[in-house]
Amino acid sequence: MKQKTLFGLAVACLLGAFILAVLIHNVEPDADAGALSPELQAALQRPHAPSLGPADAPVTIVEFLDPACETCAAFYPIVKQILAGEPQRLRLVLRYAPFHKGSDQVVAALEAARRQDRFWPALEALLATQRIWVHNHAAQPDRIWPVLERAGVDLARLRTDMAAPEIARVIEQDLLDIQTLQVRKTPEFFVNGKPLPSFGEEPLRELVAETLRHARR
Amino acid sequence: MSSAAATTPPGTAWTLVFIAWLVAAAATLGALFFGEVMQLPICAMCWYQRIFMFPLALLLPLGLFPFDRRMPRYGLALAIPGALLAVFHQLIVAGVIPESLKPCSQGVPCSQTVAAWFGFLTIPLLSLAAFSSIVALLLAAHARSRT
Repeated sequence: MKQKTLFGLAVACLLGAFILAVLIHNVEPDADAGALSPELQAALQRPHAPSLGPADAPVTIVEFLDPACETCAAFYPIVKQILAGEPQRLRLVLRYAPFHKGSDQVVAALEAARRQDRFWPALEALLATQRIWVHNHAAQPDRIWPVLERAGVDLARLRTDMAAPEIARVIEQDLLDIQTLQVRKTPEFFVNGKPLPSFGEEPLRELVAETLRHARR
Repeated sequence: MSSAAATTPPGTAWTLVFIAWLVAAAATLGALFFGEVMQLPICAMCWYQRIFMFPLALLLPLGLFPFDRRMPRYGLALAIPGALLAVFHQLIVAGVIPESLKPCSQGVPCSQTVAAWFGFLTIPLLSLAAFSSIVALLLAAHARSRT
């Protein structure tokens, strides 16, 4: 019937247009593939951000991390392994992306632990025990205290430090830079200012290896 | 004669439902393109509107072959809530609805504009246009297929 032909034609046209649009979109060069512009580079690294590795390392990995994010916890050992492969030439800079509910409190606790020189043990303990203090994608800050205590943090000092205006300012700055850099998912990695071409363990390893090859020896 | 009238497709009503389906199918494929191909972030309000748009694209053809006079009624059950959500979304974007009422996660606020064409055409506006035209088309089809 004529109506059926019309309908069939419409289905074919719509699907054809969709497939064509997908093909065109995939052919267009990805704007994300290149390095960030200089003004965005400034937002990528702030002097206040915690870091691991030599300050003059030729390759810097900037990771936007949410302590309550499961994928961040899963990626942490991978990142550590990558760093261990080239300890003299790789540096890790951590920026906070507290997207999960209650996560800003956990970040404040981490920053307070940093004042006691217990930042990395505290972070590692929190990531390893995420199941205890993250429920339904919401961080339960009152459940992190025993974890932090076991990581060697002085809780009384931590609680007073957490309220420090400097710590609130660090979180504010990181949230601002997230907006500037359009970071929407965690973990997000930048290697010497370049975002990952696509998300995953292999793309990260490849981008780090490639950047190391190009960096001065 | 009345039984014959039920089986012969009433031309105008059929065409109106057909156009409503065209809009719903285009909106469905468009939403999939923005989300899955362009990888634009999807806020909670968009998911709710998708819940009402995607079934329209699948269900409306069932009322076209053979033509079901009641199809506009069934379609409106999805299109009207969808249109209301689209209006609600516009109010969030315009800032009329206060921050605290936003039903969205901090990751992707619904008030944030992720894409705009010609300076005004945003994705929530496209959704509102699609839902309201579907409602108008189905209402017109409903009025015509009653007699």
